[in-house]
Amino acid sequence: MEVNERRVISVIVVNESSVLSRITNLFSGRGYNITSLTVAPIPDSKYSRLTIVTSGSVKVIEQITKQLHKLIPVLKVYEHADLVEKEMAMVKFPVSENIADISTLCEAYNGKIVNVSDNVIITMVADEPKRIENYLQLISRYNPKEIVRSGAVALER
Amino acid sequence: MQINGAQMVIEALIAEGVNTVFGYPGGAIMNVYDEIYKQDGFKHILTRHEQAAIHAAEGYSKVSGKVGVAMITSGPGFTNAVTGLADAYMDSIPLVVISGQVPMSLIGTDGFQEIDAIGISRPCTKHNYLVTDAKDLPRVLKEAFHIAATGRPGPVHVDIPKDVTAQIAEFDYSVELELETYKPNVKGNLRQIKKAMEAISKAKRPLFYLGGGIINANAADEVRELVHKTGIPAVETFMARGVLSHDDKYLISMLGMHGSYAANMAMSETDLVIGLGARFDDRVTGKLSEFAKNADVIHVDIDPASISKLVNADYPIVGDVKNVVNDMLDNLGNIKSESYIPWNDTVNQFDELHPLAYHEDTDRIKPQWVIERVGQLLGDDANISTDVGQHQMWAAQFYPFSRPRQWISSGGLGTMGFGFPAAIGVKAAAPDKVSINFTGDGSILMNCQELMTAVEKKLPVINIILNNNYLGMVRQWQTLFYDKRHSETDLSVQPDFVKLSEAFGGIGYRVTTKEEFDAALKDAVEKNVVAFIDVVVERLENVMPMVPSGGSLFNMMLLEKKEK
Repeated sequence: MEVNERRVISVIVVNESSVLSRITNLFSGRGYNITSLTVAPIPDSKYSRLTIVTSGSVKVIEQITKQLHKLIPVLKVYEHADLVEKEMAMVKFPVSENIADISTLCEAYNGKIVNVSDNVIITMVADEPKRIENYLQLISRYNPKEIVRSGAVALER
Repeated sequence: MQINGAQMVIEALIAEGVNTVFGYPGGAIMNVYDEIYKQDGFKHILTRHEQAAIHAAEGYSKVSGKVGVAMITSGPGFTNAVTGLADAYMDSIPLVVISGQVPMSLIGTDGFQEIDAIGISRPCTKHNYLVTDAKDLPRVLKEAFHIAATGRPGPVHVDIPKDVTAQIAEFDYSVELELETYKPNVKGNLRQIKKAMEAISKAKRPLFYLGGGIINANAADEVRELVHKTGIPAVETFMARGVLSHDDKYLISMLGMHGSYAANMAMSETDLVIGLGARFDDRVTGKLSEFAKNADVIHVDIDPASISKLVNADYPIVGDVKNVVNDMLDNLGNIKSESYIPWNDTVNQFDELHPLAYHEDTDRIKPQWVIERVGQLLGDDANISTDVGQHQMWAAQFYPFSRPRQWISSGGLGTMGFGFPAAIGVKAAAPDKVSINFTGDGSILMNCQELMTAVEKKLPVINIILNNNYLGMVRQWQTLFYDKRHSETDLSVQPDFVKLSEAFGGIGYRVTTKEEFDAALKDAVEKNVVAFIDVVVERLENVMPMVPSGGSLFNMMLLEKKEK
């Protein structure tokens, strides 16, 4: 059995309608995994950048990049080796929880409390995906009501 | 000039040099058909089913080398065409397929005959477009033709809402294309080519593995020259039949599931596979881990994603096979054809041991005989289309192909119903050649309504039905692998094929002897109208040799030897 490795692939695509479904169709049609996918326009250009976190053997990853390249609106595909990777997570807690503790935890993970209302507080943290995992484990004892993760974005060093 | 979207379609097709369009009108595409009525720049062939329109365009493209064009309406018109798109995608056939769509204001409302056409065609086309403004149409159509024909060819689908075909905008087809994200690599890396040639000169048992990409690239002449100058034996894939002439002394035969013993053994024994425009399909390789186990692999392909997808390439070369083979011819270096004589002898011994053959041991005509006989009688004068099944494999094995673009068959998708409409497109593209469609009693019923098209447009296709009253290929697998449980494959109940053809205005023959067959074929060629020749053949004949699915190429089921 070949080892399935976690890989981050960035794709630069022409910013046009249905381009995202071309990418996701390719993954589902050929049986590749998507762990997370983020997409946003690149400022002052006609392109968008997707960051796809996937997993597969070396051979599969090579096929994924080649197949992505074959799509007509795809300009570039980067399969990162050495990269800086960040992810954001927002969590909603009941206001009755220990806010001081939560706040300290957030700070340890590059975050803070971003909203306070009568019943709930909302926190955000931005860090490496692995550290986000840690954070989410740590805060589980404070009865989080909702968790949202952004998916990873990455840049090559 | 300021014209409407429908007129733009016509002008673009004329500017692209299209002279035949296959199609079927309907509500959403009516504006375009109205303009077709008014023009005389190209002719339109009305098929009797949208699937047939696409297959006809495929046949037309395969024979002519041009982009095939088909036109259909929205909803069911489009969904009927999907099989054709998928077929063209799998076999890399350049097509531009234009479909009507409901007006923009109705898109997303489940309107009458609305379906998300580009959503459906996305995985079975090279690219597709939904045109939302007539001002984009000239660019989109120009891109569509360019993308279809260049790189690894394939079908491009253009979906046009009805109101866009009525919208007036500026039409200027001379504008240069700007496709920043689409630049296929056509020139192979010279250093890599030289390394490959070096490897060939060092190999003891090299083998050319020729694929359909050679035909797409119009590179058969160059490949023939390369084979003859190097003296290296060659096997062809199913899609590559006709790259080398059947009587070429270096051509072993077809390889793969129903390839010859010699071809499959050569592939198992070679120490260097020279793959040209072939994609190591599972029907070719059999069990991957045993495929050409002791060989290095040179792989030339226009599609980088085909290289090292299934079989690892030691010498990957991305480029147009015509350019690459020309570079190979310029760099023959110290390749000496004499050094491959012992290897050629070995291959010839394989062939003598188990040649492609069949036994004439029954009263009924053997299907293989029919193929051989047509080859003897028509040979190079015919273009050969097929449907899918046993007859298709026998045609690939036994017809004496002498040139590229003589062989038109559905390889990748394996589409029953492909043959007859494809043969209609073939005849439209090459009226001077006889258009033969070898078919089976199963396949022919999947597009037999095209008798009407052939009669109306005077496109005299000769359909030779190898009739064994079975869905033969499935029956063969049931016999071999399902303990003879012939589940739903007995086609004893059949139409009268002679009357069926006659009902549409064609001619028909029911043939049970060799003499009757000769007479029927001669008569059909002379009468020059669409024909069904219903040949009663041996019912339980199997296609041999055979590599069982998932088996190794060198483990073939062979034709039983018989005492003479």
